[in-house]
Amino acid sequence: MPTSPKFSASLGQGGAPTPTAHALADVTASDSTLRRFLHGLPGVDAVGLEARAASLGTRSIKTTAKAYAIDLAISMVDLTTLEGADTPGKVRALGAKAVHPDPTDRTTPTTAAVCVYPDMVAVAKEAVAGSGVKVASVATAFPAGRAALEVKLADVRDAVAAGADEIDMVIDRGAFLAGKYLKVYDEIAAVKAACGDSARLKVIFETGELSTYDNIRRASWLGMLAGADFIKTSTGKVAVNATPANTLLMLEAVRDFRDLAGVQVGVKPAGGIRTTKDAIKFLVLVNETVGEDWLDNHWFRFGASSLLNDLLMQRQKLATGRYSGPDYVTVD
Amino acid sequence: MSDRLSVFKTYKLYVGGKFPRSESGRVYEVTDAKGNWLANAPLSSRKDARDAVVAARKAFGGWSGATAYNRGQVLYRVAEMLEGRKEQFVREVAEAEGLSKAKAAAVVDATIDRWVWYAGWTDKIAQVIGGANPVAGPYFNLSSPEPTGVVAVLAPQESSFLGLVSVVAPVIATGNTAVVIASEKAPLPALSLGEVLATSDVPGGVVNVLSGRTAEIAAPLAAHQDVNAIDLAGADEALAKELEIAAADNLKRVLRPQAVDYFETPGIERMTAFLETKTVWHPTGSLGASGSSY
Repeated sequence: MPTSPKFSASLGQGGAPTPTAHALADVTASDSTLRRFLHGLPGVDAVGLEARAASLGTRSIKTTAKAYAIDLAISMVDLTTLEGADTPGKVRALGAKAVHPDPTDRTTPTTAAVCVYPDMVAVAKEAVAGSGVKVASVATAFPAGRAALEVKLADVRDAVAAGADEIDMVIDRGAFLAGKYLKVYDEIAAVKAACGDSARLKVIFETGELSTYDNIRRASWLGMLAGADFIKTSTGKVAVNATPANTLLMLEAVRDFRDLAGVQVGVKPAGGIRTTKDAIKFLVLVNETVGEDWLDNHWFRFGASSLLNDLLMQRQKLATGRYSGPDYVTVD
Repeated sequence: MSDRLSVFKTYKLYVGGKFPRSESGRVYEVTDAKGNWLANAPLSSRKDARDAVVAARKAFGGWSGATAYNRGQVLYRVAEMLEGRKEQFVREVAEAEGLSKAKAAAVVDATIDRWVWYAGWTDKIAQVIGGANPVAGPYFNLSSPEPTGVVAVLAPQESSFLGLVSVVAPVIATGNTAVVIASEKAPLPALSLGEVLATSDVPGGVVNVLSGRTAEIAAPLAAHQDVNAIDLAGADEALAKELEIAAADNLKRVLRPQAVDYFETPGIERMTAFLETKTVWHPTGSLGASGSSY
């Protein structure tokens, strides 16, 4: 089976020093140590990674396992609306859908969260009050991330003050691609500090703009070192969003990070996941790569909007035996 | 000249403007009227039916939104393309139904004429069954026919080509999109018709052709919540009853099987069966000021 080489094993083969938890404490001491560490990460076997992701995508998940997977996937959805045209009414409707995804079947689990722009957090918070559904807010000049640090931090504080349970920040891809890793690190750490204890931080890498798998691996480690609670693939605003391959790569990163540092970090693929079939493929990736510890909406999420409707239609099909249609779910 | 190797044709489904094999990978043997093997046809599964409905739904907006005049031109184009492939269809119909070449040619001619007939109706049906209604109030009251949506069509079992076109053309002429189950015994003319439709400006997904066991494919279509109507022309009495019960769940329009001579000029019943009437009330203009009684 072609798998990408396990992190620690290939580091050993490459002759580079095997990092330990102790070593991790030093890597962020300066720009050069950080660079040395990130560039010392083993290169990604692109062909092996894609083949592994593709082969895991061929699993056939049926009947009771499918029912379990659909309910799990629904409970992992971050129901998202990130449009310039978002109105309070639309956000309220989204909140209502997150709480009762299928009003005709109250056994349907709630989604994990609703994800909105910072100025809509208060509205969303009110809409999901008392349901256990979290409110996530994008921040830090989403989606481009091109703003001064103070502006980004103000954006974050604003969302946290409005009651956001989770903050989805974007990294400064320009700085990352220019090799200014410490700048990116400091920015994530500053945002993490601004989140305080009340909000979990998701760090968006915009994998579609990082161009190589090696960069995605480096960004993942950089984000985790800086204190991310979640690492997230994309904003959903560029051409290439979450793919099975780049999600698999990030799952391997969180697995290796936990082995090394003892800290568990969540993963959130976002954008481009529209069908139940796709979602189940991602769940198989999670189960086969990091195991059941991550098969929970505290550690794995889907950033999506149209995915939920397909999950609900498939759920209705399993329940009734009849194919459902778009007339039986909401139009968003 | 040496003997050529035979080039056999792989008959495939026609779904969403493409020619896929059955998702199940199954095929079944198709024989001529005397039992000689002709070809293997795909044996569709319920998932092929589901995919076809998705394709038909996707195509519905564009096709129903096209002008009636444009739909007429597209259907006429189908007739033109058929004319050019007449020989192939004459052979396929002769083999499928055990007809002489002359008889089969008459069937194909009648079929092409049927396309032309329905092509002419696309922009006339609204005048016949729609119009302005007299009402006792200061309003215009207008009724216009609208297509029902995605229609599942069980093509007639015996008349594999003329019968097929006689049930499919009226469905799409009025702006519906169709998922067609070809005659179980004689699916080849229907599968070849897919090739004609693909080359004649009919947008992909407007007509989707499935071959296989009629009962197996029809059951999920009849129960499908995103199918708006079903034409049971190709169902026997027991199957028709079963499908009609399944279709009741989302109040599908059902056209029951009936004895038809497909050579006769049809009425407009097959078109009106899959049309709905939208009625609009509109206030007349100057009544308030003038006080005129309408």
